[in-house]
Amino acid sequence: MSTVPAKAPAPETHQGGFPWSHVAGYLLSLVLTIGAFALVFHAKLSFHETLFVILFLAVLQILVQLLFFMHVTERHGPSYHMMMFGLAMFFVFVIVGASIWIMSFGSMVS
Amino acid sequence: MPESVRNFATHFFVTGDPMIYGADAAITLVSLGIVFTLTYFKKWKWLWSEWLTSVDHKKIAIMYLISAILMLFRGGADALLMRTQLAVPNNSFLTAEHYDQIFTTHGTIMIIFMAMPFIFAMFNAVVPLQIGARDVAFPYLNAVSFWLFFFGAMLFNLSFVIGGSPDAGWTSYPPLAGLQFDPGPGENYYLVAVSISGIGSIATGINFMATILKMRAPGMTLMKMPLFTWSVLASCVVILFAFPALTVALALLLIDRIAGAHFFTMLAGGNPMQFINLFWIWGHPEVYIVILPAFGIYSEVVATFSSKKIFGYKSMVASLMAIAVIGYLTWAHHFFTMGASAGVNVFFSISTMCVAIPTGVKVFNWLLTMFRGRIRMTMPLLWTLAFIPNFAIGGATGVWLAGAPADYQFHNSYFLIAHFHQTLIGGVVYGMLAGMYYWWPKMFGFKLKDRFGHWAFWFFNIGFYVCFTPQYILGLMGMQRRMYTYGANMGWTSLNFVSTVGAFLMGIGFLFIAAQIVHSLFNMERDVTGDIWNGRTLEWSLPSPAPHYNFAVIPTVSERDAWWEMKKAGNTSDLLPNAKEIRPIHMPKSSGVPFLMGVAFFVLGFGVVFNWWVIAIVGFVGVVACLIGRSLEEHPDYYVPVDEVVHTEAALGRL
Repeated sequence: MSTVPAKAPAPETHQGGFPWSHVAGYLLSLVLTIGAFALVFHAKLSFHETLFVILFLAVLQILVQLLFFMHVTERHGPSYHMMMFGLAMFFVFVIVGASIWIMSFGSMVS
Repeated sequence: MPESVRNFATHFFVTGDPMIYGADAAITLVSLGIVFTLTYFKKWKWLWSEWLTSVDHKKIAIMYLISAILMLFRGGADALLMRTQLAVPNNSFLTAEHYDQIFTTHGTIMIIFMAMPFIFAMFNAVVPLQIGARDVAFPYLNAVSFWLFFFGAMLFNLSFVIGGSPDAGWTSYPPLAGLQFDPGPGENYYLVAVSISGIGSIATGINFMATILKMRAPGMTLMKMPLFTWSVLASCVVILFAFPALTVALALLLIDRIAGAHFFTMLAGGNPMQFINLFWIWGHPEVYIVILPAFGIYSEVVATFSSKKIFGYKSMVASLMAIAVIGYLTWAHHFFTMGASAGVNVFFSISTMCVAIPTGVKVFNWLLTMFRGRIRMTMPLLWTLAFIPNFAIGGATGVWLAGAPADYQFHNSYFLIAHFHQTLIGGVVYGMLAGMYYWWPKMFGFKLKDRFGHWAFWFFNIGFYVCFTPQYILGLMGMQRRMYTYGANMGWTSLNFVSTVGAFLMGIGFLFIAAQIVHSLFNMERDVTGDIWNGRTLEWSLPSPAPHYNFAVIPTVSERDAWWEMKKAGNTSDLLPNAKEIRPIHMPKSSGVPFLMGVAFFVLGFGVVFNWWVIAIVGFVGVVACLIGRSLEEHPDYYVPVDEVVHTEAALGRL
């Protein structure tokens, strides 16, 4: 099998230049992570306040990951990935919600 | 021999049972035989360059198929050992501990290392050909998936002779599977091996989803896809969203066992029932992962051998997708007796019963496809026909089990055992066998002769009912699963004996399948047309087996059942390549890295199983080295020159 040297595929996005968006995303995700840790270890909030704030930070973290690293806005052809993402979110809510529901045992045990 | 060495050896190697020594000898002899044969015929280089390093989906399919059949043999041997032990009361053929190990490995092997590779064999053999693609979306990842599965399976099977097998059931519930009640490497083998092959399964799910969504031939819209491809898409959706739950459950239990955490130990604040919850978030969708491709196979087989288009294509697609989503919302029916609130049990009862609706739609569509069709009674159709009554019974008993109050009676009894074997054998195994017979000519270029096939079919099918019908009754009589023996006064003896006879009939059926394959190898009936069954979809427009680039020129599709419609219109020659149209074909290069990565994962896994961290670190470094090596590879692809394509096509008589 003789081979013809392959041409490197032309990058379709982020042509050349310094990957500023990656650096920005990296810094943002670090800030959000350290923020959550700092809240738990140092801030004097009540348990429920802490929980609420770190959950909010977690949602921001998801958005940062999706926008800066997972290119959720890019697409070629139908946006199958958004459909799949929608289904994934549905399943996530079902798993978390139903697990809490199941594991609370109708509040009889725990 | 110093005492310390002897002490180590007796714990490292499984000792004391004559059957194990027999297996040790057999494994050594077979390994030596393979090494000798390869050396004698100078096939090492061929093995490495044609198979171990291949990223060709057609070769990966064959390797999956061989692995699946070997694992079916091992899982089946486990089953026969269990049935032998249970044939008569108070039997001492197996000890309690040995019996525990055997039912654990039987379940794990049949689901993870037999059903999964069998469906992946079908995915790989068929999907790219059916949608007019030259390979899967990520061929290299596909090879990685296979080798992770393969070395996961090898690691799991190693437990048989080194260190001892897992023995907490294929579900591996803590606290029984926790360190306190199950010390030693056995349970670690289960956790690590299943995790490693699970990574491969997730990658396969992503790979085929991307392939189906992005690589279809021009003109093949989603609603023109063959139903098998649809079923693979549905299955991949479920793989992608269900397998991570298993990964998490196994990882947490592994951390409990090797790092002393307490996710599932009650006294230290953990909750063992959370494992059960997580396990079944994967576990129930898993049965749909394996049954959906079988449904796809039945759809192809029924349409082809009735010479009719499938009845109710759109309702078939809708029901596949409905099963994929609803099947995700039923998991708590595996633990109705856990003590969740009544509302939970009601919800999961009803959602479980809902799955029967789209499944029923599919069964009626298959029947109506055959209605007034020109039916050809071939091996694939025979298994499909046998599936229908089988699955009807399995489905009906499933709806019984779905009723939460009744489940308090059925739970973990032989009624349950009979039910899920009826759906998993009658549904999945029959489907995979139908698919194997159907696509065998496409994969290997020759047909499996019917000679022993009919014997296999009747032995297996009759054996199935003889084996499992008594188990429904035994379940209602109170016999629980995983009992290693029972008293003569229980009144279970005759039914158990009948069940054992059935199991051996199925074993004979399996041997006939093996005989059929060997017989067909030596009396080859070559498929020279490429369309041996008068098929309907694009894979039959290619020679058998297809050239490594599949399509010299990518076909353009305008209809559902594209190949059939072209044959009807008499313009099949449109699909033959024209020398002027042929362009250099962009293909992936073979690579040894996926195989080496599998080896590295094996070493890593082995180290973790025994908590030998030096070995684990060596393996881990190997995995990282493979990842870095791949990232630095500059030209993982090449172009097949026009001359070579023209030459190949001319040799196949297509130019």
